[in-house]
Amino acid sequence: MSFWEYANPRRFMQTTAGLLPWLAGLSALCLTVGGIWGFFFTPDDFRQGSTVKIIYLHVPSAMMAINAWIMMLVTSLIWLIRRHHVSALSAKAAGPVGLTMTAIALITGALWGQPMWGTWWAWDPRLTSFLILTLFYMGYIALWSAVEDPDTAADLTSVLCIVGSVFAVLSRYAVNFWNQGLHQGASLSLDKEENISDVFYLPLLVCIAGFVLLFVTLVLLGTRTEIRARRLQALLARERMA
Amino acid sequence: MIALLLRDLRLATRAGGGFGLGLAFFLLMAVLVPLGVGPEPALLARIAPGILWVGALLACLLSLDRIFALDFEDGSLDLLATAPIPLEGVVAVKALAHWLVTGLPLTLLSPVLAVLLNLPGPGYVWLVLSLALGTPALSLIGAFGAALTVGLKRGGLLLSLLVLPLYVPTLIYGAEAVRRGVDGQGALTALLLLAGITAGAAALLPFAGAAAIRVNLR
Repeated sequence: MSFWEYANPRRFMQTTAGLLPWLAGLSALCLTVGGIWGFFFTPDDFRQGSTVKIIYLHVPSAMMAINAWIMMLVTSLIWLIRRHHVSALSAKAAGPVGLTMTAIALITGALWGQPMWGTWWAWDPRLTSFLILTLFYMGYIALWSAVEDPDTAADLTSVLCIVGSVFAVLSRYAVNFWNQGLHQGASLSLDKEENISDVFYLPLLVCIAGFVLLFVTLVLLGTRTEIRARRLQALLARERMA
Repeated sequence: MIALLLRDLRLATRAGGGFGLGLAFFLLMAVLVPLGVGPEPALLARIAPGILWVGALLACLLSLDRIFALDFEDGSLDLLATAPIPLEGVVAVKALAHWLVTGLPLTLLSPVLAVLLNLPGPGYVWLVLSLALGTPALSLIGAFGAALTVGLKRGGLLLSLLVLPLYVPTLIYGAEAVRRGVDGQGALTALLLLAGITAGAAALLPFAGAAAIRVNLR
């Protein structure tokens, strides 16, 4: 029993068909519980008031926006090295989801920034690198849709993803060099004693879990759709040959 | 490889090669910006480093799709791919040829345009230095983007969408070097980081570009 068995599309379809309802249900549960807990049963921040509650959407979506790109990088590498089609298709499916997460993070950030900083947008390093990440996602998705042959598209987008990752990291540090930040530093990190007060932290963790599950659900769903589309193409091609 | 370089240079400089296009664009940009933002010398001096760098970047972008598209159309790219020199070398030489006909003239022209934009005195050295160190990275990244989109029918717009985010670090360090040079702060850090990007791009991107061309010729 090896992990690579799921590279077989049939096996992948079987397993995910069983998993999907559970994942979808769990992510809905986490998001509902985390959302209601966060929005209605946490105290207001003493300086920020109730705007602090945007954190339950802003932080998880921002985390997933970055993690989605990392996942695309890993699956692109798997495609280039081991030529597993499911891997390439899951990278394709993750692109739009990651772009949506980036958009959610930027929009909720703007809504939060308006009352707190008095501006919707500032050329802060974090905000700027997220905007650049959006551009990377857009280029990646555009390249997928522009190339007709699926294998060529998978190869080209994988190369773009790898080169793009290097330049995305470079940009991340370049913008730090370029401007001072308005955004606060990292609130969540693994090596700190206490990150934020537990009152806010626990519902936030539930929301993050919900976003992770939502992302996995959406990517699996997208990958299944892509596999079905591939099968349809193969059937049509066989019909034309006959 | 030298023969390939000379061939590309000849093709670029002769009629229809689009040699002057980037330069003309750069010149127009430097003329249009003061018309747009007003002739106030202090304001122009402040924005001059950024405008000159953005102008050089866009002028570079204009001629990117010519790097491989013409060779792809007439089939000479297939010949180059089967030639005894490695495809990585072909990509590197193509990027070098592109830099010689766009980046280098832009660098040489930039002090003249800096006069139009009222760049303060200490900025000139840093402007020329940063462009000389940074524009090779623009050509290399552009050659990689052109290699990705070489098989596409209307690759031009997609090419700019793919390449512009990759240009971000180069632009930031380049413009920052000039700005810090004007303000008399240490511009050397930015300049060294810029040179680092160029060196890294020269070392790695020919391989990525050659991989993309192999996929596209398959």
